Amino acid sequence: MTISTSLVYLIGLPFAGAAILLLGGRRTDKWGHLLATALSGSSFVVGVYHLIQMVNRPTEMRPISQKLFEWISVGSFNVDAGLLLDQLSICFVLLITGVGTLIHIYSIAYMSEDRDRRRFFAYLNLFIAAMLLLVLGDSYLSLYVGWEGVGLASYLLIGFWNQKPAYATASKKAFVMNRVGDMGLSLAIMIAFATMGTVSFAGVAEQAHHTSEAALTAMGIMLLVAAAGKSAQFPLQAWLGDAMAGPTPVSALIHAATMVTAGVYLITRSNFVFDAAPTAQLLVVIVGAITLIFGALIGTAKDDIKKALAASTMSQIGYMILATGLGPIGYAFAIMHLITHGFFKAGMFLGAGSVMHGMNDEVNMRKYGALRQFMPITFITFGIGYLAILGVPPFAGFYSKDMIIESAFNSGGMQAIFLGSLTLIGAAITAFYMTRVMILTFAGTKRWDEGVEPHESPWLMWFPMAVLAVGSVTSGYLLYHNKALYKWLSPLFEDHGEHEELLKPIVVSALALTMVAIGVSIAVYKYMRENIETVAPVDVSWITKFVRKDLMQDQFNEKFFMRPGQLLTKALVTTEDVVVDGSVRGVARMAIGSGSGLRGLQNGFVRSYAALILVGALTLIAAIWVVVS
Amino acid sequence: MDASNYLYISALLFTIGAVGVVVRRNAIVVFMCIELMLNAANLSFVTFSRINGNLDGQVMAFFTMVVAACEVVVGLAIIVAIYRSRRSASVDDASLLKR
Amino acid sequence: MMQLAIEVGQTATPEAVMFWILGPLAVLAALGMLLVKKAVHSAILMAFVMVVLAVFYIAQDAVFLGIVQVVVYTGAVMMLFLFILMLVGVDSSDSLTETIRGLRPIAITAAVGFGGLMVSLLGRATLGRDAIGLSAANADGNVEGIGYLLFSRFVWPFEVISALLVTAALGAMVLAHQPRSSKKTTQRQQSINRFRGESIATAAGLPAPGVYARHNAVDVPALLPDGTPAPNSVNASLKARGDMLDSNTFDLKKISTQVEEEK
Repeated sequence: MTISTSLVYLIGLPFAGAAILLLGGRRTDKWGHLLATALSGSSFVVGVYHLIQMVNRPTEMRPISQKLFEWISVGSFNVDAGLLLDQLSICFVLLITGVGTLIHIYSIAYMSEDRDRRRFFAYLNLFIAAMLLLVLGDSYLSLYVGWEGVGLASYLLIGFWNQKPAYATASKKAFVMNRVGDMGLSLAIMIAFATMGTVSFAGVAEQAHHTSEAALTAMGIMLLVAAAGKSAQFPLQAWLGDAMAGPTPVSALIHAATMVTAGVYLITRSNFVFDAAPTAQLLVVIVGAITLIFGALIGTAKDDIKKALAASTMSQIGYMILATGLGPIGYAFAIMHLITHGFFKAGMFLGAGSVMHGMNDEVNMRKYGALRQFMPITFITFGIGYLAILGVPPFAGFYSKDMIIESAFNSGGMQAIFLGSLTLIGAAITAFYMTRVMILTFAGTKRWDEGVEPHESPWLMWFPMAVLAVGSVTSGYLLYHNKALYKWLSPLFEDHGEHEELLKPIVVSALALTMVAIGVSIAVYKYMRENIETVAPVDVSWITKFVRKDLMQDQFNEKFFMRPGQLLTKALVTTEDVVVDGSVRGVARMAIGSGSGLRGLQNGFVRSYAALILVGALTLIAAIWVVVS
Repeated sequence: MDASNYLYISALLFTIGAVGVVVRRNAIVVFMCIELMLNAANLSFVTFSRINGNLDGQVMAFFTMVVAACEVVVGLAIIVAIYRSRRSASVDDASLLKR
Repeated sequence: MMQLAIEVGQTATPEAVMFWILGPLAVLAALGMLLVKKAVHSAILMAFVMVVLAVFYIAQDAVFLGIVQVVVYTGAVMMLFLFILMLVGVDSSDSLTETIRGLRPIAITAAVGFGGLMVSLLGRATLGRDAIGLSAANADGNVEGIGYLLFSRFVWPFEVISALLVTAALGAMVLAHQPRSSKKTTQRQQSINRFRGESIATAAGLPAPGVYARHNAVDVPALLPDGTPAPNSVNASLKARGDMLDSNTFDLKKISTQVEEEK
């Protein structure tokens, strides 16, 4: 372990940006966005510097740490606020700062008309700082601070246009559902403290071997709840679609590339817990599998381009969670898919933003069409992202997604076939809905509203899209080549040796491509020849209606959590009013009543007081008399 | 005749004194009634001293007398002060504590 | 036999006679204290009760206390009471009608209950042995015995109670002291006031009471040269207390001017 003093700059620079912009107020309006972008960029430079340093060190010397200060010191319980940069963190640092900086650049143009652009950049910087703290913290407690920080930034950015009540509600929904997950994380931390007496990653990793499986399973399940909340996994997935209320760069950065992947990071980081708790691991797999199908299904019915992409994000993170649940063979591939997904999904969101920018902020895909000629650059970058998410070779998604499907097939036992089939079906549905998005947006006939004149976006916007498109093409091969990422990360995980191979990689690839081809064909068959209505048809099968309603996720939550919760609250309020307040008021009323009754005795006449003393003495004597007789 | 007869008369005098404190309005008479109660207590002390065969009770009675003397001095000074300001020695007139 | 009764604390026949005579008298006097209208009568009845108590003390071998009772109570304390009564108005009599509603029944009921319960409790109280009597404790003399106890076992309470006595004396002085509210007039100011006042008539000073009057008393106004009484010759505080006799009764015009022959 190497000691460093420069890690704090990674977090400090964007945090300083947020502080300056928020405290500086309107004075910083003119140059605030430039400062924020520069600080985010310099944080990226520091990250690259650390990567080069790390690559040049021998494997066991690669993780570096920095102790900031003694945070909590209570008896035998000590928590130092420290930072830890290892092979896993550096991937996230570069993804966060790299994609983050690109999105800062994009936002300069995208938000140029907004009068609150400075506040937007302040929140973006705050998010970068919090996300870096999340991935750099060396204990669950530091992680928790970052975890809450990104939750706050996400809340602020989803509700950035909070003058619209629907958007404010969406941010509140995201915040509340995230709290459920946060509860899981705090419980996990408490379990770790109660059973192992430590909350640092190193400490827990060391203690995990001596701790009972039950405790580790409980902690793992709680960590899974946390991950589900933050990463929009089943059953806490409902907030992500509404989170699209935020400005599109926010959707690209927070709700596609970085924050929502924090759950994957958390599970990967806690590999020592899950490796020792097979039940929790199985639950992770189940959650991932459900979400990947769930998200994909929702994606097929969305007409809002951003919500379709959000559903896709949910589904892709389902893939990652599934991979992490497979144990040591899956961690590296989950991270790999996370990185490639960060590139292509951010690129596609920026593309969607570019389309909206050209279409007067219209988000309904049914009112797009034939944009290929009017937005060539957007079409090309979006198209690259599309090919990448489909998993067409040699684009990034081909490598990362295939690895996950392969791992699923190779995870052993009966579950392997089941999981592998699910991932293949997921890939087919993904192909279907992404093709649908492509066709509705860029092909077909014009279905625009009156007065809409689509145009290509300024270079400040297409430049980041182009960079991300390059990443979407190359990142997969670079990370896959020579098992580069796998070898890079493997010192962190305990691999239990080779696994049986159910299917050869080439067979898996062929199967996956076949499924993708089927999905694309259905989409082309359904949407290329048909005249698309600008309003979604109503006379559809009940399955379509069901899917359009997000598989009843909101209705389910409302019926089973919100209504009982309200009933409980009402009951508690009544109890509080009648029992608690009632008793308090009763005591008060008793005091008032007895006071006003006894006030008659206080008449100011000494003699009546003396009479009362006499009565008191009589009572006393009478008591004695009773006792004696 | 038994020594406890003195105790009975002591109880009677004490009770009479207590009634006097309550029913009489003249502050000086009230004070005299208080003195009566103290004296009744003294009689009990002396009688107990005799019953128990030691002098502790008499010493207590002696102390009571001193305390009574102190009380009379201060109390009468208060009565004089009140009389000077209110031109009345009735305890009912000094009922301003009510408000 | 008689001697034995004394030994065990049984009252002897002379004492019983004394008790049965003086006891009811003391109770009657105490009741009288409550019932008489004039405060000064109450004080006299009170003094009687205290003397009776002194006799009781002596009868119970508490010679020292009996003497002290006479000296302190009937001497000092009662004198103090009477002195204050003089100051406040010796003749003023209380109305015995009750002004606070319901007080008297409550007080009497409570008192009857209290007394009854006390007597009842005393009646059933038992020491498990007979009274001892003070012959042994008073072997060296009652005063010596008390003195010995006061300056040995009870020396600390004794000191404390002396401090209390001093404090009470000081407190009484503080309470009775009245700060002067106006500046004291000098002799010069007084003579200026006399000559430059509203009337020159007062220049020679106020007439003294009793001058040329038929009585030589302080509450009898002086007679002016024309035979009319001068109300301002009587002390103002007597007037305020209402103790001044009506001036008109001394008007010379209303009585016979015939000079009676001195015998």
